Order: sequence, then structure tokens, then C-alpha cells
Amino acid sequence: MSTITFRDALHSAIHEEMARDDSVFVIGEDVIAQGGPYTVTEGVVDKYPDRIFQTPIAEAGIVGLGVGAALAGMRPVVEIMYLDFITCAMDEVVNQAAKMRYMTGGQASVPIVIRLPCGLGRYVAAQHSQIMESWFMHVPGLQVVVPSTPKDAKGLLKTAVRSPDPVMFMEYKRIYTSEGEVPDEEFLIPFGEAEVKREGEDATVIGIGPMVGKSLEAGVLLEDDGFDIEVVDPRTLSPLDTDTICESVRKTGRAVVCEEDSSFAGTGAEIAAMIAESCFKDLQAPVIRVGMPHVPMPFAPSLADSVVPRVDDVVDAVRRVIA
Amino acid sequence: MALTEELAKKMYTDMWRIRMFEEEANRQLGLGNVVGALHLYCGEEAVAVGVCSNLRDDDYIVGTHRSHGHCLAKGADMEHTMAELFGKADGTCSGKGGSMHVADLSLNILGANGIVAGGLGPGTGTALASKIRKSDQVSVCFFGDGAAARGTFHEAITMGALWNLPVVYVCENNGFQQWVRRETVAVVDSVATMAGSYGIPGVSVDGQNVVEVHEAVSEAVDRARRGEGPSLIEARTYRYFGHSPGDLEEYRTRDEVEDWRTNRDPINTFRAYMEERQWLTEREDEEIQEATSAEVTKAVKFAEDSAVPGIEEALTDVVDTAWRVEA
Ligand SMILES: Cc1ncc(C[n+]2csc(CCOP(=O)(O)OP(=O)(O)O)c2C)c(N)n1
Repeated sequence: MSTITFRDALHSAIHEEMARDDSVFVIGEDVIAQGGPYTVTEGVVDKYPDRIFQTPIAEAGIVGLGVGAALAGMRPVVEIMYLDFITCAMDEVVNQAAKMRYMTGGQASVPIVIRLPCGLGRYVAAQHSQIMESWFMHVPGLQVVVPSTPKDAKGLLKTAVRSPDPVMFMEYKRIYTSEGEVPDEEFLIPFGEAEVKREGEDATVIGIGPMVGKSLEAGVLLEDDGFDIEVVDPRTLSPLDTDTICESVRKTGRAVVCEEDSSFAGTGAEIAAMIAESCFKDLQAPVIRVGMPHVPMPFAPSLADSVVPRVDDVVDAVRRVIA
Repeated sequence: MALTEELAKKMYTDMWRIRMFEEEANRQLGLGNVVGALHLYCGEEAVAVGVCSNLRDDDYIVGTHRSHGHCLAKGADMEHTMAELFGKADGTCSGKGGSMHVADLSLNILGANGIVAGGLGPGTGTALASKIRKSDQVSVCFFGDGAAARGTFHEAITMGALWNLPVVYVCENNGFQQWVRRETVAVVDSVATMAGSYGIPGVSVDGQNVVEVHEAVSEAVDRARRGEGPSLIEARTYRYFGHSPGDLEEYRTRDEVEDWRTNRDPINTFRAYMEERQWLTEREDEEIQEATSAEVTKAVKFAEDSAVPGIEEALTDVVDTAWRVEA
């Protein structure tokens, strides 16, 4: 084991996969200059100068070319500088990448990974802070992957590169510098396998992305109340490991679903509905969602910090679900 | 690729194959065996055939919503293509794509595309793959003149030109964008002139003349194969049928359609060219048409006899569910 940052984990996953497989290549804006805004592709150009493409500012073109290269047997790792800009390439994601396998009756495979730095980072307001996981979850054919730790980031990105189908890979900006233990030997993390990040008896907290860390912190604080929470990290939202979530909820009888994105019609809504459908008789209280209010991300740090869910919000929600 | 007598006969046959396939598809639409959108290619046969007669089996094509002709010219099998329009299990896409998504990946026909200009990015991406692999495959992106208005046209060609990719952009300018005439919504007459914005060669050819299309594309394909980058070829053409079912055709007169059919038909034009060179006897012409007609009849029979897909098929091919990695 070594302790490395989330960014380093992604960086080493890309380097390892490019060394392993000649069909892997990187494409995106500024991916050579500085290795992208978060330096994730740093050094790729030195080792694989023919497998990195620094593009003009043309998101639809970037994803479109990626789809075509993937159809032709390559494995593109696309970087979209800020997730928000994926809206410029939604046709390529939704109508092209996601539907090719189906529309061709299974002939086509589109093994593309689209890396999406997302969420609140520096205070850059409404067009540079979005998350949109639930948009992608709603599209059949897309896999949505949300690592919360350096270990998951590395194992899931390596798996994403090997996947025969499109992957929307969420990278929350605020956890790029977080540290964690990562195995030194080669490892992969299968899609559709949630991880119980903390075991407990009194309530299940399902955390998405950075809300996993916040839920674990909440878990420590709640010990003072005498509450022992279980924290489940789905790690991939599509496919979703409903079994692990339900198993935990059946044990605790209470569920809180936490995301940084707006709760309305969001990821937590889907998970809460799934729990209600599958575990209704085991629930001792209604499922509670924690998320951002249904507003664009404000600029002023005071405002932005007020809308993104914090550790306190998780603590509060757990107290309410147990009360 | 040099135009020999043998190649010319194949091209002439292919033009008839497309013509008769499309007319039959239209008839089957009337009978209710084909449903949904059906964008017919009659009148434009010289473009698909003039282009694909320059391609190898391993070259890539991406199409448009009007792509039956592209697929047939690149070698797609008529029976499975017809079965796809019928929504049958033996269709090229097992009945899950239909007219707007006909594809045969085994022939590097990446498929028709229901999104106008949706194929330009992926088509350019296949050329990027060829460049990375250092193969000498060439990619062709077919698109209508309407697609040149979309941003993806600009984005894809910019990158094709930037990286000198082995791709030929073929614009089928039939003068119409669904129910409107090009001149009422476009600011430049010729799409070929737009090539100048990307520093690549752009030529405009008579799309009713398969020899002219073939020669222009031959040069562009050679250039791409040599690693000298993309070209844009505009073929001026005309579609005989309405845009798709439900088109009232208020934007043109019957006389205009008749004039193109009578005086500028691509098959008649090519027949005259071949007869002049004594490459085609009347007898051979008859034989070609009879054989093609029989091929179409057989394709319809095949499509009729093919089973409808089992309803469980609606739930497969979303992602590859057999794929797993070990932790
Ligand atoms: C992005 C998008 N917008 C609109 C449509 C509806 N539509 C289908 S074909 C068409 C006209 C396309 O004109 P052109 O590209 O010139 O091709 P043509 O039909 O003339 O062959 C339109 C508007 C669509 N399929 N995709």
C-alpha cells in the first residue's frame, strides 16, 4: 500500500492502461499543456506522443471523434475540461455513444471513457460547478462511475478503460487532492459493486462521491449521540448495486441518501424510490434525501458554501431518520 | 481507382440495385410492411456508387438518414438490409435499427445516422483510429448539405484537417433540407467553398454523373491514403421522392422533378457513357436489370419470411452484460 492523492491515482491508472494496451489514447483540451487543468494526463505526451491529442475547443467534435475511434477498435480516454461543457456534446453522448450497440443489434461496441471534473471546486459559479450524474443515469447504454477515494479512483478508471461500453467517469474537483491508501500491485474494481465503507447498526447512509467522506465524518460525530451508522458507497450509479444497498437497509431499517447535486429528480431520488419499492416493510422511517437545493450554483463563496451539503447536514438527517 | 470496363459494369449494376431496392422499399411502405421514416435515395445513386467504387472492404463509411444506397454500394447484402427495414430478426441490426440505422460493422459500414451531421464526428474518429494504428484505411463521411449548417460539421472537419486525417467528406447537395430549398436557409451556394475555411481541397462535381464523382473521389481517396489529409467533395444531385413519408412537396413543382428524371437521370447518363465506349450492349443492360429485379424480389421474400424479433430482444444489447472484470 502507498498513500497517494486521488489525482495521482487517476494519473497512474492512465499511465498503466496506456502501457498495457496500445489502443488506449487520450484526447481533450489542454491535455498536453499542463496535463489538463488537474494535471491528470501529465507526462503522457513524453511516453506516448502518438497517443495523445490536444484538441481545439470543440466538445461535440472531441466526443464524436472518440465515438468513431472506439467503433474502430480504439479505447479513447476523453477529458472534458469541466463537466458543464459536456452539454455541448450531448448528441454525441446520448444519441451516438450510448445507442450504437443497441441500434446495430449488438454489432457495435463503443469503449469510450469520458472523464468529467465536476462539482464545486474553486468558486467558479453556475457554469463550472455542475454534477449531472442523474442525467447520464437516465440514458440506457451509459455507465456512470463515481469514485470517492484514491483506491476506487484507480481501480474504477482501469476498469472503465477496459469496459466495452461508454463510461461517464465523475471526478469531483474537491477530492483531487484528498489522500488514501492504494495497493501497489495491479487491481481492478468491478462495476456494480458497492462498498460498505463503515459498518453500523442504526441507519444506512448512502453517500455519492464526496458525500462518502462527509458521511464517514458524520459517523464519528454521531457516535457521541450513541448512533452507529453504516455508510454505503455505490461507486457506480449505473449499474447500481441494489443488493448491497438493500441488504444494509434491511439490517438498519433506516436510510439517508446523500449527494452534492440537487435532490430534485436526482440520484438520491432514484435510490430512495428503489429502497421504498424493495425494502418498504423493513423501513422504520421514511427515507431522507440530503442534497443541494434546486438552484444553480451561486458564485459568492458564502452562498456556494451554504448550498453544498456538509457534514452537519448528514448528522442532522441521521438524527431525524432515527428520531 | 481506374475506371475499367469491368468496374463500370459493376457500378452500373450497383446503381440499378439501389434504384430498384428503393422503389421496392417505397412499395413495401405502401403495403405497410415497412413502417416509420423512409428517406429514399432515388436520383442520387451516382454519388454512393461513384464514392464506394473507390473503397476497399476495410475502408470505413458513415452515413446519414438517407443511407440505404451508401450501404448497398459499400457491399451490404440486400436481403438483410430489406429485412432491417421490415423490422425483422434477420435484419442487419436484428430489427433494432430500421431504415435510419442500417449498419454492417463487418464491412466497416458504421451505419446510417438519424441525427443530421451526427456521423461527421464518428467518421472522422475512425480516421483518427487509422492514423494512430498507422494503417492505410480511408474513411468517408457522407452528409447532406443541411448538415453543413451544424456545428459538428465545423468541429469534425477542423480536427480532420488539423491532424491530416485520412478522411473524405462527401456532401450530397440535393438542394433541399427536408421541406425547404437550400437557397432559402443557406448563405453560400456551394458547400465545397466551405473547405477553404479548413485549408483543405474542396471541389464541386455533377452528382448525376457517376464518372465525374468517381474521378474526384479517386483523387481524394488516394490523397488520404498517402497521408496527405482530408478533402471535401460536393456532389450536386437531386432526390426524386419526397423527403420522407408525409412530405407534401410544396417546395417544388412536378415539372422540376420530371425535368431531372428525364434529362439528368444518373443511370441514363451512365448508360450513354458506357454505350459510347461499347462497354454495354442492349442485351447486357437487360440482363443486369432482370438480375437486379430478381435480387430485389428475393430480398423481399427473405424479409417476409424472416421472423419478427422475440420480444425478449427489446431488452438485450444495451450494454455487454457478459463482460466482467475480477476484483
Ligand atoms: C439534428 C437534427 N435536426 C433535425 C433533424 C430532422 N431532419 C431529418 S433529415 C433533415 C433534412 C436534412 O437535410 P440534408 O442534410 O440536406 O439531407 P437530405 O435530406 O437532403 O438528404 C431534417 C431537418 C434531424 N434528424 N437531426
